[in-house]
Amino acid sequence: MSNYDVINSNAPRVDTPAKATGKAIFIDDMSMQDMLYGALLQSPIAHGKILNIDVSEAKKLKGVKTVVTAKEAGLIPYGVSPARYDENIFCHDRVRYIGDEIAAVAAVDLETAMEAASLIKVDYEELPALLTIEDAMADGASLLHEKYPQNICAQVNQEFGDFEAGLKQADIIKTTKFKSKRQDGAFLEPQGCIADFNKLTENLTLYSSTQVPHYVQRILSMVLKLPIGKVRVIKPYLGAGFGIKAGTNTMEIASCLLSMQTGKPVKMNYSREQVFMFGRARHQFTHTMTTGAKKDGTLTALKNECYLDGGAYTSFGIATVYYSGSLLGGPYKLPNMKYDGYRIYTNKPACGAQRGHGGVIARACWEQQLDMIAEELCIDPIELRLKNMMVAGDITCNDFNMSSLGMKECIEEIRDSSEWNEKKGKLPKGKGIGMACGFFVSGAGYPIYRSDTYHSTAVIKLTEDGGTALLYTASSEIGQGSDTTMGMIAAETLGIPLSDFRIESGDTDFGVDLGAYSSRQTLMTGHAVYDAAKQVKEQILEVLAKELSIPVEDMDIKKGIILFKKSQPDFSKLREIYIKEHRGWTDNPNADEPLTFKEASRIAFLAKGIISGNGKYKPHQLGGKFKGAAVGTSPAYGCSAQIVELTVDKETGQITIDNMTDAHDCGLAINKVSVEGQMEGSLSMGLGEAMFEEVKFDSKGRIINANLAEYKIPTALDMPPVKAIVVESSEPNGPFGAKEVGEGAIMPTIPAILNAVYDAIGIRIFELPLTPERVYQAIADYKKRKGV
Amino acid sequence: MKQIINLTINDKKYEVAVDANLTLLDLLRYQLGLTGAKKGCELGDCGACAVIMDGKPVNSCLVLAVSANGKDITTIEGLEDENGLHPLQQSFVEKGAIQCGFCTSGMILSGKTLLDKNPNPTDKEVRSAISGNLCRCTGYQKIIEAVQSVDSDI
Repeated sequence: MSNYDVINSNAPRVDTPAKATGKAIFIDDMSMQDMLYGALLQSPIAHGKILNIDVSEAKKLKGVKTVVTAKEAGLIPYGVSPARYDENIFCHDRVRYIGDEIAAVAAVDLETAMEAASLIKVDYEELPALLTIEDAMADGASLLHEKYPQNICAQVNQEFGDFEAGLKQADIIKTTKFKSKRQDGAFLEPQGCIADFNKLTENLTLYSSTQVPHYVQRILSMVLKLPIGKVRVIKPYLGAGFGIKAGTNTMEIASCLLSMQTGKPVKMNYSREQVFMFGRARHQFTHTMTTGAKKDGTLTALKNECYLDGGAYTSFGIATVYYSGSLLGGPYKLPNMKYDGYRIYTNKPACGAQRGHGGVIARACWEQQLDMIAEELCIDPIELRLKNMMVAGDITCNDFNMSSLGMKECIEEIRDSSEWNEKKGKLPKGKGIGMACGFFVSGAGYPIYRSDTYHSTAVIKLTEDGGTALLYTASSEIGQGSDTTMGMIAAETLGIPLSDFRIESGDTDFGVDLGAYSSRQTLMTGHAVYDAAKQVKEQILEVLAKELSIPVEDMDIKKGIILFKKSQPDFSKLREIYIKEHRGWTDNPNADEPLTFKEASRIAFLAKGIISGNGKYKPHQLGGKFKGAAVGTSPAYGCSAQIVELTVDKETGQITIDNMTDAHDCGLAINKVSVEGQMEGSLSMGLGEAMFEEVKFDSKGRIINANLAEYKIPTALDMPPVKAIVVESSEPNGPFGAKEVGEGAIMPTIPAILNAVYDAIGIRIFELPLTPERVYQAIADYKKRKGV
Repeated sequence: MKQIINLTINDKKYEVAVDANLTLLDLLRYQLGLTGAKKGCELGDCGACAVIMDGKPVNSCLVLAVSANGKDITTIEGLEDENGLHPLQQSFVEKGAIQCGFCTSGMILSGKTLLDKNPNPTDKEVRSAISGNLCRCTGYQKIIEAVQSVDSDI
């Protein structure tokens, strides 16, 4: 039984009635008076020099209000990480992928804007398109960005402990190579925005489908040369993002520029094809790993080499290339780890961050290898993992502190609830069971730009009658349920029901919040909200203490009632004042009722004016001193274990996932139903990536499946029943002991599927996705090798 | 050249002038202000724009407004009444079947079409009925629970 009144329950989300009735406003549901429509001109070739841009015909078209190119936009470089600002708003000398932006048009309607964009004449000198890592790194290959030889965008070489020494202690050594494919986020809502520049006040407001209003505000301020106080970014309801909407997109800046030129609001949207062309989703990874273990299963060393096909720009890529190494430091005790990562520029859309940033494919490769080691040592895969498992308080070789870790509990839960011991190795031919583990950060330990900024702030104000508490954060409800989570934390802390809160978020005017990425909001925004609510509570109790001559510590607020821990004082005078203030109101309290929060906060208002709390949070100093030590640090780590059962049709190579069981340690679950929702959604995304998702290109660098029919994501018929088991630990660094769930749950999905495939057919597959064709071929190759 | 069409949307009669190439989705969203149907792909792949036309769920991005002439349309805005949310909407809220909400209108309308014909659908029947509605957030689990847990007496 929970000791809490609000949190740690199954709460209906505050945003869902509006979403269930079609009333929730998303970006494309908005329009403004006198609004113009913007369109982009994007490169039709993957690589080339721009010789000339002629906009004269476009400008002449009736209804066109302005045309902008690099000439108007300037050349201030930007991107995601200041270490690699390698983008300009518009290309001026070079195009680097099909879709690279060259110009934008604002016109009275969308058709006119698109027609005008097509009238812009660009002369190109075409260059060879470098579409693979091999082509891009070849001797004599042209450079996408002059500063980066061999087209190496970023390189990481790290060693923790001594890999060679660790390998010498090993009785068994396994080396495998694993290759994934480029993914698309495939969120249902294409990116869109409306920019509104007021020429009189010089205030710029951007409404945008972003996960990170704060970072967008800073980039706009920098590239448009506006003071940050003049730039406001507002996020309406968002049709999910999964990381892809966690950076600034070209359209966001272009629409602002068009609005600044015309003085009118300008609306822009990506079509579904443009969503694919903009990219920024999961990279294609090629990992080669060598793991050493002793006869008893103890892991001694890991070497991980990874090549990332990055696309034309860096986006989140620096963090990605670090994460694909650093996120293997746990959840197993591993004393020696060597990592060499290379992110390569190619003439394709840039890749970026997607759910499980950088760690998903590394995890897939390694967890499959751990099963191979277990098999060779005749150890049950679960026992191998339990043997090497870290426990709360352990620190990884790369300095991540597992301040809470319910990994063992997760494994035991899935083992027992899916009858692992009865099934593993004992299922009929063609049926298989597999498992894997993983962990993830609860918020990046450092902001993307170097700063001592607070990561989250929160303001709570009480209305003058005390009846409603207003919660303002700049956090991003992107579908994950953060508004409800924040409301629940605030209500629990203040001691009033969730229904007495009105929750506003997603607006840079409400404060600073780094946004929805790296699974950070529950822990980080949650701390700021807790801080603000605590301040409000203290102020009310302080006023009461003075009025009633009772020490603050002898009172509390619970369920909207003031609790007196010792003797009940005579508060009738206060009640008289309250009733006098509200003469004729129908909801005044009766004489025999306890003193309410509402009355107390009215009394506090009369004493002090508007009662408000001003919460803030930033993590303590985290991580080691080595280069790149910041990436992967977090105040806390969530973890999960999964079991997948499936059937392989050996005649066709078709895999059917029969069921999935996931246990996730999220610390204390604030809203259990949202925790389960994140787990189930993660598994579905992982299943899609494992089974069929792949962005494909033709020989010219054009995406050939830039739509949701040919880029397949799981439908309801592809998803099996999922059992989501919430495992709760108490995280010392989390608000009420809470930590992440948004991304960690995807970590074990792909390797659990791979391990189950092996259990079913005795064949290891080292390349994704597991299409019938690939599986069929693997079976045929195996038969050929074995001569059967 | 605009054409006049007559149609009923959520029990209200409309007479509107539309371009020949205007889709039903754009008519609803941009001319009539009914933005509950969402634009996710404009190719009939995602189902976010689904509405009920003469009792059947259709992707409104694939229906020309002129071909909706004389039809009876229900959009998500038409489900709530003076008693509050439709039981299926209520079930979606209570079961946690909504995350980002972008697929929700289409999902609820597909679910409603199923329940109108078959008040006690099996897991398989629900999955089949919503298989044209993509959801990237939920893994469908709670959506299926929500459709199945609607009280069939209502």
